[in-house]
Amino acid sequence: MSIIEIKNVTKTFDANKSSVHALSDVSLSVEEGEIFGVIGLSGAGKSTLVRCMNLLEKPTGGEVWVDGKNLMSLSEKELRLMRREIGMIFQHFNLLMQRNVLDNVCFPMEIAGVKKREAREKAMNYLKIVGLEEKAKAYPVQLSGGQKQRVAIARTLASNPRIILCDEATSALDPQTTGTILALLKQINKDYGITVVVITHEMRVVEEICDRVAVLNLGELAEIGPVEEVFRHPKSNAAKSLLLERKISQMGVNAADGI
Amino acid sequence: MEFKDMAVMLADGTWDTLYMVLISTILGYIIGLPLGILLTITDADGIRPNRVIYKILDVIINITRSIPFLILLILIMPLTKMIVGKSYGTTATIVPLTFAAAPLIARMVESSLKEVDKGVIEAAFSMGAGYFTIIWKVLVTESRTSLLVGVTIALGTILGYSAMAGVIGGGGLGDIAIRYGYYRYETKIMIITVAVLVVLMQILQWLGMLLSKKIDKRRGK
Repeated sequence: MSIIEIKNVTKTFDANKSSVHALSDVSLSVEEGEIFGVIGLSGAGKSTLVRCMNLLEKPTGGEVWVDGKNLMSLSEKELRLMRREIGMIFQHFNLLMQRNVLDNVCFPMEIAGVKKREAREKAMNYLKIVGLEEKAKAYPVQLSGGQKQRVAIARTLASNPRIILCDEATSALDPQTTGTILALLKQINKDYGITVVVITHEMRVVEEICDRVAVLNLGELAEIGPVEEVFRHPKSNAAKSLLLERKISQMGVNAADGI
Repeated sequence: MEFKDMAVMLADGTWDTLYMVLISTILGYIIGLPLGILLTITDADGIRPNRVIYKILDVIINITRSIPFLILLILIMPLTKMIVGKSYGTTATIVPLTFAAAPLIARMVESSLKEVDKGVIEAAFSMGAGYFTIIWKVLVTESRTSLLVGVTIALGTILGYSAMAGVIGGGGLGDIAIRYGYYRYETKIMIITVAVLVVLMQILQWLGMLLSKKIDKRRGK
């Protein structure tokens, strides 16, 4: 069963008389338990698309179904409850800077009304999963980018989500840290069966962890399919140009290695 | 005037000034904090945009802030008399001071809350947080350092205003400075009184900054 279904979603932003079509008639579905990638150049509408999946952005047209529920028909309260099942991590981590690591992880449980002591115990457990239990009392400012993203991952786990949305979650990290964060996401997907949606402009991310990928271009769905198929036999120009770009950058790296 | 009398007078004046400034700032926050929050969330890029509410508050605050304090003092005398029973003295001065403080505080709260990273607010929404949680646990808590700097500025400004209220017999150090220094040409008393005001301002500023640094977790330890 598809856990996320995007049906003919359109999103238009009105900006000073002219309107921008961020998404036009996008339909796709994400299967339960898979790691689904959405790739595209900046401005392709990826961030808007992922925000439609938890209704941080309200589509101008179309429907968004998550776990069998039409999000746009939910009341505000029902939507808040639903969002607890849909975790999200961000490019810039978005941690609360005035709270220590443990209290950051406790935050979603506070929202859900979990008792403080119980929340702290659980939070320590989530920090163990991401390998940061010794940083529980540290403040975000004292952590590296990779560590901050681990805290953010522990924080989404704290609301016991069925889905984790990743909005360019590794784009602010160096290649090595990117690798460890991707490995962690993959492990969480495997161990807990949490569906992961990854938004990225990096081919490498899709290649490393995704089962299927959607290529987005100028707000339209250019191509969708298993990663291997899309990467080996790209049909759309958008996918071809992404692959070409990667090839060129790899050649650059090889050339640099040669020197 | 003997030294002892002068010391007693200054001590009384200092107490009166502190009483006026503290009470008006507290009352100012009781009015100004919710207004500042409302301004922040109803603004176009706030979490609950509402053009009408924002515009109304915006205009009211701008008008009250444009009225010079001395004029405001006289303008609301009837109201002061209604609330306190008289229009002079320290307790009466609290009324115009509060009126002057509230819009200033609302603006400072607004600017502090707007410093909070939009991404963090978005993250809170994505976790299913409601408006109330976001206001208290994200907006107010994350900007607490800046809010405390605001409190310091508010106290300093109200201290200055309270001295102005001396013109109409507002009580406190300003009153003493004007009565003795200006009306009776006792320059020495005026200078000492002003010196006490300077010291008060310094202490307030120092305490405020110390506290705001202490609660700021964005600095590495």
